[in-house]
Amino acid sequence: MSRRTAVIVGASIGGVRTAQALRAEGYDGEIVLVGQESALPYDKPPLSKAFLAGTATDTDITLLDEEEAAAAGIRLELGRAATGCDLAGRVVELADGSRLRFDELVVATGARARPAPWGDLSGVHLVRTAADATALRADLARGGPLVIIGAGFMGAEVAATATAMGIAEVTLVDPVAVPLSRVLNPAVAERFGRLHADRGVRTRFGVGVSRIEVRGDGLRVFLGDGTELPAATVVVGIGAVPNDEWLRGSGLTIEDGVVCDQFSRAAEHVHAVGDVARWFHPRHRRLVRAEHWTNAVEQANQVAHDIVQPGDRAHKPVEYVWSDQYDWRIQLVGRTGADLGHEVVAGADADRSFAVIYTAPNGELVGALVANWPRALITVRKALIAGTPAGAVHETLTALGAGVAVRGG
Amino acid sequence: MAVVKADLTACQGYANCVVGADDVFDIDDDGVVVLLKKRIAEPDRARVVEAARSCPVSALVVADDGADG
Repeated sequence: MSRRTAVIVGASIGGVRTAQALRAEGYDGEIVLVGQESALPYDKPPLSKAFLAGTATDTDITLLDEEEAAAAGIRLELGRAATGCDLAGRVVELADGSRLRFDELVVATGARARPAPWGDLSGVHLVRTAADATALRADLARGGPLVIIGAGFMGAEVAATATAMGIAEVTLVDPVAVPLSRVLNPAVAERFGRLHADRGVRTRFGVGVSRIEVRGDGLRVFLGDGTELPAATVVVGIGAVPNDEWLRGSGLTIEDGVVCDQFSRAAEHVHAVGDVARWFHPRHRRLVRAEHWTNAVEQANQVAHDIVQPGDRAHKPVEYVWSDQYDWRIQLVGRTGADLGHEVVAGADADRSFAVIYTAPNGELVGALVANWPRALITVRKALIAGTPAGAVHETLTALGAGVAVRGG
Repeated sequence: MAVVKADLTACQGYANCVVGADDVFDIDDDGVVVLLKKRIAEPDRARVVEAARSCPVSALVVADDGADG
């Protein structure tokens, strides 16, 4: 009998970690990792931070080099885009017309930046790939003004990085009056909005962009209220869309991502991982798609386990997202939102370290936000996994914030 | 037997390792990883490797005992 083959399509964090985890789980078949970009697999969180600033190199962000791949028995097929899949024939079709036979398929094609609806103009950047970040860094080297459209985590991180790079005139624009006010409660979201102003970044919140024009050797961003913002460079960070088009017509269910069950299975012998997967989350009892680094890693481990020991472990993570902005670290765990009950607990330095715990209407702890407070982060992550009552967590955090010694946690 | 090594200057306190293996990893008040044990028994190895690979800044390595360093 010939050796089994696992084909993983997508060579970012989800695909790479699936390949590595398959070996750690004892999978002894062939592992083929297919990537659209020709560069070695690399990590994306630094693209809006250290890699953009130029303090982290290509080598620093490499996830898997040839030597490591060879040592783990992972065959790299880079610079090759998948264009289709024949489920019945168990074959992935590539752009160059070649075909890869699989026994197990893992879809890990991720998501791409949502394109700017204001035209494809020179000097207007998206930040999703290493090439994107390299091109933006080159433009930023010429100085400001920089206009960033979208004050989500990516836009906020670019604002912080550009400021640290010495760009004097940075403006952050978002159509929402208080950015993040849906995922956080408005008072906390306002605090993060003020963080930008404190560091000299101008904010224009509550007003949208109507158009962008080329003027002389620069750009001009027109806002909905008639304001014109001159810009040498514009960054657009308005979300991402899953790379699922190549699977249309394959027979898999595609609905803003590849629809999967609680084991991340899209069909027999087909799993999906990371940003492209929309799976049934047993904790939330609904389909969820998460564009988070930690989810991609945890789902990669779960999928590798499911391939080796089917049906043994469902994917039911406690969500975890972090964002580094200026000298602040903001971390979200579990479910947060303006529709939930919330309580703020002050850390040792109440102006910059605090936690917000979020509760469901029945009083159950469902999530937390932590700013600049490592011990509180550990406490809430463990509490959410263990199902600790909100009252006990509040008590522990209050004691920690007051500097009282707490056992366990 | 395997040994786990931590790069304390690289660690940023994301705590993914603690979630993956809280019998091996903890985070101190300054947000730096603490190794609760360094030697990992073979049956725990896959789980601890998984926890180490969940580090966003690759600050953790699980190596064969007796390897250099």
